[in-house]
Amino acid sequence: MITQHPTGDMTVLTYLCFMPNCVLTFTDRGIYCPAGDFYVDPWRPVDRALITHGHADHARPGHRRYLCTDACAPVMQHRLGNISVETVKFGETRRLGDASVSFHPAGHLPGSAQIRVEVAGEVWVASGDYKVVPDGISEPFEPVRCHSFITECTFGLPVFKWDDQSDVARDLNAWWGKNAREGKASILGAYSLGKAQRLLSMLDPEIGPILTHGAVENTNDVLRQQGYHLPDTIHVTPDLKAKDHPGALVIAPPSALGSQWGRRFGPSSTAFASGWMRLRGVRRRRAADRGFVISDHADWDGLMQAIRETNAENIYATHGYTDIFARWLNSQGYNAEVVPTEFGGEDDEAADAA
Amino acid sequence: MKDFAALFTTVDQTTKTSLKTKALAAFFNTASDDDKLWTIALFSGRRPKRAVTTTQLREWAAEVSGIPLWLLEESYPIVGDLAETIALTLPPPSRESDLPLTHWITELKSLAALDIEVRKARILDAWDQLDPTERFLFNKLITGGFRIGVSQKLMTRALAQATQQDEASLAHRLMGGWTPETTTFHDLMEAEDVEADESRPYPFYLAYQLEDRPAALGSPEDWQAEWKWDGIRGQVILRNGTHHVWSRGEELMTDRFPEFARLIDFLPDGIVLDGEIVAWDGAQPFPFNTLQARIGRKTVPKKLLKDAPVILLAYDLLEHDGEDLRNLPLKERRSRMDAVLETLSADAPVKAAPPLPFDTWDTLAKTRATARDHRAEGLMLKRKDSPYLSGRKKGDWWKWKLDPLTVDAVMIYAQQGHGRRANLFTDFTFAVWDGNDLVPFTKAYSGLTDDEFRKITAWVRKNTQQRFGPVRQVTPHHVFEIAFEGIHASPRHKSGIALRFPRMSRWRHDKPLEEANTLDDLREILHSYG
Repeated sequence: MITQHPTGDMTVLTYLCFMPNCVLTFTDRGIYCPAGDFYVDPWRPVDRALITHGHADHARPGHRRYLCTDACAPVMQHRLGNISVETVKFGETRRLGDASVSFHPAGHLPGSAQIRVEVAGEVWVASGDYKVVPDGISEPFEPVRCHSFITECTFGLPVFKWDDQSDVARDLNAWWGKNAREGKASILGAYSLGKAQRLLSMLDPEIGPILTHGAVENTNDVLRQQGYHLPDTIHVTPDLKAKDHPGALVIAPPSALGSQWGRRFGPSSTAFASGWMRLRGVRRRRAADRGFVISDHADWDGLMQAIRETNAENIYATHGYTDIFARWLNSQGYNAEVVPTEFGGEDDEAADAA
Repeated sequence: MKDFAALFTTVDQTTKTSLKTKALAAFFNTASDDDKLWTIALFSGRRPKRAVTTTQLREWAAEVSGIPLWLLEESYPIVGDLAETIALTLPPPSRESDLPLTHWITELKSLAALDIEVRKARILDAWDQLDPTERFLFNKLITGGFRIGVSQKLMTRALAQATQQDEASLAHRLMGGWTPETTTFHDLMEAEDVEADESRPYPFYLAYQLEDRPAALGSPEDWQAEWKWDGIRGQVILRNGTHHVWSRGEELMTDRFPEFARLIDFLPDGIVLDGEIVAWDGAQPFPFNTLQARIGRKTVPKKLLKDAPVILLAYDLLEHDGEDLRNLPLKERRSRMDAVLETLSADAPVKAAPPLPFDTWDTLAKTRATARDHRAEGLMLKRKDSPYLSGRKKGDWWKWKLDPLTVDAVMIYAQQGHGRRANLFTDFTFAVWDGNDLVPFTKAYSGLTDDEFRKITAWVRKNTQQRFGPVRQVTPHHVFEIAFEGIHASPRHKSGIALRFPRMSRWRHDKPLEEANTLDDLREILHSYG
């Protein structure tokens, strides 16, 4: 159903809402709460933005006021520069207009949150991005009971199932160790916020030195200052000599692989780490030597587990295979709808982060 | 199957041919003879007969996985491979086994004789003891098209390394109509007389595309020129009073082209001709789509035989009087061929492809410009003193094709690709203007770089107007130059025309939507070149 109603100076298209009084609505600027007059992860400039986490497709520049967790704020400020940020602790309730809001761990990356919004006893949760299995560095996912759940479904197909992190860590370290013995550098492409730090925490520093690209190291600095524990790393500066660090593992953004930057390490083996590596076609297209299947998004079983544990009846699917996922949920007895998004989490950067 | 799965994993994890060859050679050094024979068979396009249909396979996989069939079907285009989709969806196996590759192939073959319920139980039992990689390979054996990054050439090279044989003669041994049921590894590798198999073709010599000007090839008098015909490359073999016709893809096509049975009456025994199979109107080839009607048919109705008769335009003689001539220089092979063919009557289903005389590269360029008038795609240039090599080798044979025809068209539909291109929008439908309407006239899949495909994919996601299953209708905005090799009238298409080998040759960022070509422009091209 599509209705139009005025909010302030603009007309907002509001649709896909089962309830007569929607706690959250879907507008051309993003998810909007009329009772509290705020947006969640909006993609056009707004007055007040509640941000789930610091990835570029969720935390965008240009809003007048930001609200996020104290764990998320430093990275966001690092990325967006001089912005006006208020913070809350995980679980702390804040009153905004007629709405009560609180942030709960989403397990996606350090500081990432789901946002719970309650208006007159009606509870909605916007998941942002999430994964339900602990990764050893992010605050573990907490299920939040609600009436309506806005869920991502980046990997909302039954072909996406992740192996245990310990199994992937064993393969990753075996690959590094083999390369080190063969006198090759191991260059691992991973998104600089979240995936890179998770991989760092999975590495066995006994194998050799760990080098980082500037984009990764800058994020490491921010997270270390917040108290997140990461192994020692060496920042790759222009004067760094690769031969001074034999058997190194290098973590860099995917775009650095195969570039001039990547060639300085001499003979090397390359790898990507992403949920998309589950698909042979994608693995082959990226043309790295190895593809490690590891994602900061929930797999098929994780999505279903999260949805079950919310006890929600109404599910809004966004980010990913929304049509298919919503159809599946409807067949399972939920009221499910697709939320069209402008960003979709499908651009290259977001895909790398997956 | 664990050794075969490990081989697959190694091959799949590298893009380097040398590492693939090494892994495959190592497998050939350790595997059993039966597994080696089947591995050679699989990588040379020979696979076991399909014992269950892919429909059954999908239904059973959905059932075992506890998901509705439609959900598996929706996942398939995104993964891009049915065998992989099933392998990824199935629940983990409940037990482990390590039975050899040959065991699983034998198992699959034995299913054909069984009731459907028993077949199902046996497939489920197999899935329940194979890990995801082994399952993928097992499913591949069923769904066919065993393409996993190992070409026949690469397999042959690895086998040559492992058995210390000459690669070219090994390639010849592996040609022909053998199957693992009709031979053994020992017989295949060690048989003294390669000619024991009377149907066995020679490995085709393949030309490279000429990128430079032909002047770079040196003196014109060292070169022979022929039309590059737009037909099917084929070898016609006459031995022991029987004939065989092979396509370049090593498909036996004898029954599809019954015209060649008469060759026995025209030519001496012990002869192998290489040439182009074309539909012939009495003076020149018909356009390719006439031949296309023949290719699809395993048995040919009389009317089609009459309307679209085929002949071989022969350009090389590989065997004469039972003797392998491949090491002779081309001009010698050519003059022997001409001597054999020149006495034939005009109605014989074989003709010598006429050489095109030329003195300078400039006169040849003028000849090339008239290729379309002769229903040819361009020219072939062959060094007169070259032997007949096997496979694609640079240096002695070049194709010098005409520049393609082009038209600027608007993208209106997009669909995700398969395999390596799964998850990217790569399959597009293009339209031209007909008044104020956009009329679809062709699809195209190739020609853009990976980077351009990523850009257009992001754009498609944001500019989808409607979805029809996997197809998305997008806002008409982007103009692409579509290059193609031929054009013909087609009542089956809304636009009334069909293109041959259409591909995207350029993304016309500079061209506004309104300036794309029109249906009238296309009709004019059809009139000039159709």
